[in-house]
Amino acid sequence: MTTRSIGHSVQRREDPRLVTGNGRYLDDLGRDALAAAFVRSPHAHATITGIDITDAWEVDGVEAIYTFEDLDELMARPLPVLIPHPALTHPRTCLALADTEVNHVGEPVVMVVARDRYVAEDAAARIVVSYETKPVVVGVAAAREAALAVHDDVPDNVAAHLIQEVGDVDAALACSPHRLTIPLTIERSACMPMEGKGVYAVWDRDDASMRMWSSTQTSTGVRAAVAARLGIPLARIQCMAPDVGGGFGVKINHPWPEELLVPWAARALGRPVKWAEDRREHFVSSAHERQQLQEVEVGFDDDGRILALDVKVWHDNGAYTPYGIIVPIITATQLLGPYKPGTYRCEFWSLYTNTVIVTPYRGAGRPQGVFAMERTMDAIAAFLGKDRTEVRSTNFILPQDMPYDHGLMFQDGRPLKYDSGDFPASLAKLKALVGWDDFAAYREQAEAEGRKVGLGIGCYVEGTGVGPYEGGHVHVETSGQVFVATGLTSQGQGHETAFAQIVADELGVRFEDVHVTTGDTRRMPYAVGTFASRAAVMSGNAVAAAAKVVREKALRIAADALEANPDDLEIEDGVISVKGAPDTQISLSTVAVLSNPLRYAFDDAAKAATQFAGTFDPDKPPVAEGDEPGLEGKGFYSPTQATFANGMHAAIVETDPVTAEIRILRYCVVHDCGVMINPLIVEGQVHGGVAQGVGGALYERMAYDESGQLLNASFMDFLVPYASEVPFIETDHLETPSPLNPLGIKGAGEAGTIPVSAVLASAIEDAEGFPILSMPISPSELWELRRQRASAAAHSATTEGDR
Amino acid sequence: MTEQIMSHTSPPVGSDITVEPLHEITLSVNGAPHTATAPARRLLSDFLRRELGLTGTHVGCEHGVCGACTVLVDGAPMRSCLMFAISAQGHEITTVEGLGTDMDNLSPVQQAFKECHALQCGFCTPGFLTTIHAFLETNPSPTEAEAREVVSGNLCRCTGYQNIIKAVLRAAEIRREGGAA
Repeated sequence: MTTRSIGHSVQRREDPRLVTGNGRYLDDLGRDALAAAFVRSPHAHATITGIDITDAWEVDGVEAIYTFEDLDELMARPLPVLIPHPALTHPRTCLALADTEVNHVGEPVVMVVARDRYVAEDAAARIVVSYETKPVVVGVAAAREAALAVHDDVPDNVAAHLIQEVGDVDAALACSPHRLTIPLTIERSACMPMEGKGVYAVWDRDDASMRMWSSTQTSTGVRAAVAARLGIPLARIQCMAPDVGGGFGVKINHPWPEELLVPWAARALGRPVKWAEDRREHFVSSAHERQQLQEVEVGFDDDGRILALDVKVWHDNGAYTPYGIIVPIITATQLLGPYKPGTYRCEFWSLYTNTVIVTPYRGAGRPQGVFAMERTMDAIAAFLGKDRTEVRSTNFILPQDMPYDHGLMFQDGRPLKYDSGDFPASLAKLKALVGWDDFAAYREQAEAEGRKVGLGIGCYVEGTGVGPYEGGHVHVETSGQVFVATGLTSQGQGHETAFAQIVADELGVRFEDVHVTTGDTRRMPYAVGTFASRAAVMSGNAVAAAAKVVREKALRIAADALEANPDDLEIEDGVISVKGAPDTQISLSTVAVLSNPLRYAFDDAAKAATQFAGTFDPDKPPVAEGDEPGLEGKGFYSPTQATFANGMHAAIVETDPVTAEIRILRYCVVHDCGVMINPLIVEGQVHGGVAQGVGGALYERMAYDESGQLLNASFMDFLVPYASEVPFIETDHLETPSPLNPLGIKGAGEAGTIPVSAVLASAIEDAEGFPILSMPISPSELWELRRQRASAAAHSATTEGDR
Repeated sequence: MTEQIMSHTSPPVGSDITVEPLHEITLSVNGAPHTATAPARRLLSDFLRRELGLTGTHVGCEHGVCGACTVLVDGAPMRSCLMFAISAQGHEITTVEGLGTDMDNLSPVQQAFKECHALQCGFCTPGFLTTIHAFLETNPSPTEAEAREVVSGNLCRCTGYQNIIKAVLRAAEIRREGGAA
């Protein structure tokens, strides 16, 4: 009896390869390829006045040096605005190589191609670029003030301005019994995958075709972009994502300048060319995210019920907007979390600064939105003297409210309509897990020992599995082995395992016999990409649909062969048999043979499909009308809207009374991603997400100085957490299946990261007794807040005394 | 319009090209002697990957912080991005491939990582595996705190470390059960 594979913690198919050094990451390919290196702008804002490459040629092994002047007409155009939006009135994108102006430190200016990377960097170091520097705009406050402009033709620095409003917020505010205004700040962080970006391209001069590999989250997107800029038909270019060493969002933006320049140079030189980003390049020329200033005005009643929520967001989009305004749109919509305010308005400005571009980073605007909402909930609870979970419960959308339409437009251009979730049940689980009601006693005990502890909470809803679609292709070979392809890419999510589990179940074969390929346009040219916690939802359902097609075909062929009714057949472990008469059976491998009428027998098994095997009806064509040879099939999944996962986190922190060091004592997660394909993988996603959230809350920030130099562009100074900083994570799951897709799946990839800053701010505030309005927070910042409070208190005491 | 001096795919006539001298470097890698030529400045990490084709050793930061490139030099964990290949002349190097390349018969640490889901993208993994392998040689029965401590010098961006710590303890258990070393 076959046991279902979905729902089991199957060990990953990828791992034997990856733990033995047999992974193939971008820089492991093309050992003999020429290497590219880039001269990048050392200035945040400058006019280029000259480029002298003479000296660079004196380095042995240099093959080519390219500046903007060398680019042909297509390559010289600004990079595409990937996601246009009516509110994005002033989109700006960079050039593949800067022409006259640079707008952030790290912008590529000259490309050097050489025998190896050492040589390319030697040559790059000898290139002299002359600049006239211009005043810089650093930080979202400066951008908003607009005393200086990043782009001369955008004097107010506003790339986009968008207001969404549901109900009459002003009227509701006016008649709210209580009102609070809360100013909030979130700093920049970044994805920081352990492997940077990378591109490797091989031009086949004889065939006039390109094969390229990119460490990307969308090989179909890169392929289309490169085809367009190089003027190559899609049929003559293929793009593969090899093993990818983490993405977390940064590798969904495309095409990066290097993704165009490397294949372009490979074609120009007729030699394979490769570029692997180094860590400093990743810091200054990839993407960051998170920085926002927010202002929340909330009106509420005596129970803490929100009657009006009015939010303003100033979002730092960096120097360019290739990825549009997806991040602030997500902040504005996902801010609402599991709650239903009486009225809601969110207005945002997406602003240019002379810093690295901003594109989605795991959570993609949600951590900021959740920070705003959850800080507001805590502020209401503090104002009313109520338990923080009680105020949240008062505002919850209830299971009977589902589907719940907020009346807003989500990031996919479709309604923000929740499909599932049971928020009271999730909260009950979380309170039980962390021991919410016992915390007062714990705090008392800690205080008696001279320790300061605090308990925090944060809730979120995450729109996952956005369209437009993904596809799956399933092919049963005559060996009985099943080969599955889906076009989106993998960066560690275990797709080879999870999708094999789905196909094994849907088709009725052993998990071990299913082999999955992702991110290879040769195998599946139609795909979107891996982002927005969408892979399991989208490709999971797509490969399931493809497997169903193959199953039906297999049953039809088997029914002919067994002279049975297809409805009476079942497939188990790759064998098709008549229900109740298991001896009447045929293997899937034999069906695969029969599915493809042959003229030539290439082995014994194939003989059965040849013309003189005598098994066919002479009155019918070998391949029936409307049918195709081969036991294979395709399926696509294209949902009408996103499916909404949710979760709630709680943490207990301890803050050192003297040093203000912040230690997380416990971290608890309740998570609802619907049906779990593989709980082991889901748990791993949650752990990793929380760790990134902890980094963003307590350690990581991009430290720009006033001239736009990134001061901490290395792992020495930008503090990615080690094991010593990440707490043990306690998890519990609630499975409310999504009604929107056949498998009932909701996404899980970003969940862990989303509420962490909100949760830790809540816990630190609870420990300290004063509001925490800005994240991340370091011990010295907390110490400074304490000092300011003490000084203000002393001042006010003195003033009192003087009276 | 910017002023352009010289372009772009051929060297100017009469330029004085400097050629970097190469050195013959011999070292033992995973128990076998290897000889290759490379410039004196070639990092051990790049030498292993490029000259010897052992791409299991990954480079994550090139400044010794992330630990992805950790190999064993005479049994001790070292960051191969902070060492010149020529400095490793005559030394015994163990890379992740040296722990075992048989995907059906994994070494205890490799097996433990698979069982515990201690890797996701796998890029940092080789550095963890070599570090833990060496650690268990000297401390075959670590506590959980010791397990956390030993991996606290390597960065992982995917796992949150929880399952890596679990894998350290599980690897110790497999070793004690007599799993292949």
